[in-house]
Amino acid sequence: MQEQAAYNYQVVRQFTVMTVIWGVVGMLVGVIIAAQLVWPELNFAEWFSYGRLRPLHTNAVIFAFGGCSLFATSYYCVQRTSHAPLFAPKLAAFTFWGWQLVIVLAAISLPLGYTSGKEYAELEWPIDILIAVVWVSYAVVFFGTIMKRKTPHIYVANWFFGGFILTVALLHIVNSAEIPVSLTKSYSAYAGVQDAMIQWWYGHNAVGFFLTAGFLGMMYYFVPKQAERPVYSYRLSVVHFWALIFTYMWAGPHHLHYTALPDWTQSLGMIFSLILLAPSWGGMINGIMTLSGAWHKLRDDPILKFMITSLSFYGMSTFEGPMMSIKTVNALSHYTDWTVGHVHSGALGWVAFIAIGSCYYLIPRMFGKTEMYSKRLIELHFWIATLGIVLYIASMWIAGVMQGLMWGATNPDGTLTYSFVESVKDSYPFWAIRLLGGVMFLSGMLLMTWNLIQTMRGGRAVNDAPVLAPAAAH
Amino acid sequence: MSDFNNGFWNVWVIVLTIGSIIFCVLLLWSQSRARNAKGEVTGHVWDEDLQEYNNPLPNWWRWLFYLTIVFSFGYLALYPGLGTYAGSKGWTSTGQYELERDAAEAQFKAAYGELLTQNIELVATNDKAREAGERLFLNYCAQCHGSDAKGAKGFPNLTDADWLWGGEPAQIKETLTNGRMAVMPPFAHLGPQKIKDVAYYVRSLSGLVNPHAPEADRGKAVYNSAGCAACHGAEGKGNLGLAPNLTDKVWLYGSRDATLIETISKGRTNSMPAFGEFLGEDKVHLLTAYVYGLSLGNRAEAGK
Repeated sequence: MQEQAAYNYQVVRQFTVMTVIWGVVGMLVGVIIAAQLVWPELNFAEWFSYGRLRPLHTNAVIFAFGGCSLFATSYYCVQRTSHAPLFAPKLAAFTFWGWQLVIVLAAISLPLGYTSGKEYAELEWPIDILIAVVWVSYAVVFFGTIMKRKTPHIYVANWFFGGFILTVALLHIVNSAEIPVSLTKSYSAYAGVQDAMIQWWYGHNAVGFFLTAGFLGMMYYFVPKQAERPVYSYRLSVVHFWALIFTYMWAGPHHLHYTALPDWTQSLGMIFSLILLAPSWGGMINGIMTLSGAWHKLRDDPILKFMITSLSFYGMSTFEGPMMSIKTVNALSHYTDWTVGHVHSGALGWVAFIAIGSCYYLIPRMFGKTEMYSKRLIELHFWIATLGIVLYIASMWIAGVMQGLMWGATNPDGTLTYSFVESVKDSYPFWAIRLLGGVMFLSGMLLMTWNLIQTMRGGRAVNDAPVLAPAAAH
Repeated sequence: MSDFNNGFWNVWVIVLTIGSIIFCVLLLWSQSRARNAKGEVTGHVWDEDLQEYNNPLPNWWRWLFYLTIVFSFGYLALYPGLGTYAGSKGWTSTGQYELERDAAEAQFKAAYGELLTQNIELVATNDKAREAGERLFLNYCAQCHGSDAKGAKGFPNLTDADWLWGGEPAQIKETLTNGRMAVMPPFAHLGPQKIKDVAYYVRSLSGLVNPHAPEADRGKAVYNSAGCAACHGAEGKGNLGLAPNLTDKVWLYGSRDATLIETISKGRTNSMPAFGEFLGEDKVHLLTAYVYGLSLGNRAEAGK
């Protein structure tokens, strides 16, 4: 009866291509603002100033690049592991066009200065409503497909995708509660320290669910597929899934150490961040150990190199995060470039690398090829991007620790040793190295774009991949 | 003040916190009890070849998890975290701040001793006091007044002989301690022509344009009838602490025609923040002497 049914590859393909394009755009804006820190003269117009381009950069890389990659991979994974085509294909198409509209509106409104002033949630209320509508549609498509599945069990990747979709809906709707005063201006529904607490509950869980749980879902599908090995431990995935999604919710207050937030709240943010270390590492162990017995594949498979390196950066930044949440460490690291380095070891090393690896897996399959146009270009992309990250995070670590020490240094008379501007002056060389690292990472994305175009040429849009029958139960 | 508006929320937080940590323990404990053999697959297959081993939890990982939980209970016993329970060490972030600030202030008093009680004119000539004042200035004042204290648009130059609120030691100290707030009201109701004329007249007072031009005459009439003279004086020489002198070469916002028209039409509001409570008397004393000393050379010249 359903012999001729095909997986819905069209929406996956659209999101995959846009992942690469938005990746280039978002990282280009990142390079521009990194250059503005080195050469402040580049802030030549209001709409081109650092303060307006910085939210454009974060929104573009998180929600445009990261978001499109999550849509693409979750739609691909949920169909194939449910052995059923996507539920409500028209709604799935709406999520694609709706999400692109959100991105375009962000790209226009942020440089024009329209902002609600909440970090990672700057978009004004009409766009917030559009996001909520697209997101609920996404949930309907995803969970509808899960409901249609032909297998008794739900594959682990889908737990993570599902957890990410539900939680982001909750986070977005609660944090974006605002009172509109005009079409382009609104005020938060919360006031004072409560507003700050809600904002960082959202902000930290945007990292925890959008950039961690979602990408762990990606990891759980594409790493075992690319390595052609079973996932290391089902048991471990059960424990670390529940512990991760449960504990992340508590960790937000560590962004507000030594502020007006009550001490007890800060302490809870800190201890749950520490408890979060092991659950976070569960995913790294499961991913890396999946390769045991197949380590030799790393030698000549650049896609696997991207994936395994991403897990290493994931392990590193999920160790660094809990350490930075300790009040004493935070007293040194807070407000410095160390935070920027930490974020980018997660965002470039983990998020971008696993997304890039997964896209390299998807692109040939979406265009009727067995592999990418050039494997050597993937290899080159891997090395140039890895070196770029190393330059980026090493320079930010050094700059951050230097800034923290300079700001805290006192003279024998109890006064501050350095004025703020001296720490700015001493940061310049590190900002220049960071810019170089960013340019290298962006160059890698341009190689990927070239590789994508060449793979698309002479390829065909695959829309007839047959829905497979599930393997017979043992 | 308590963070909770009634006792229920205190209990709620404590129960939820402890319950949540215990949930982590139970989750970990229940899942480590299952003793699976290594290298055994669960038997589920998805998408042709996706399978899972059911390997046991790595021991080092399990103990790491338990360790963070033990640490958390220890931390919650020592530090505030469980509702209103203060923790056995009695630590607060406010307390830590006050301790560090008091220590720094004691160091400051010890380092400058009698300089902190001498009169400003005398302190201004002391090298040690000047160095300390400069350091303070760079940290707390330079953001607006510039590292060279020469100011910027909207922020007065502190090295010249011109003072909006007075340049005597007591006046400077008052400015630093309690801050200042100044308002020039908007005169948009005069209409564009009159504003243009009065701007012309004001610029003519310091010789920027011809004082005998017809615009200057018209502007002068507006100046007198619109109430400018009430604050700036009949001759535009200003009043200390009320309105700046319009006849000199010092312009807080700039002397261009367009800038003056903007000032007159929209008015200006500006303030100097109060530093008395934040820095304390001792630092304000040395800063006053430093600021006083900045313009000594120029004052002597202006007095000639």
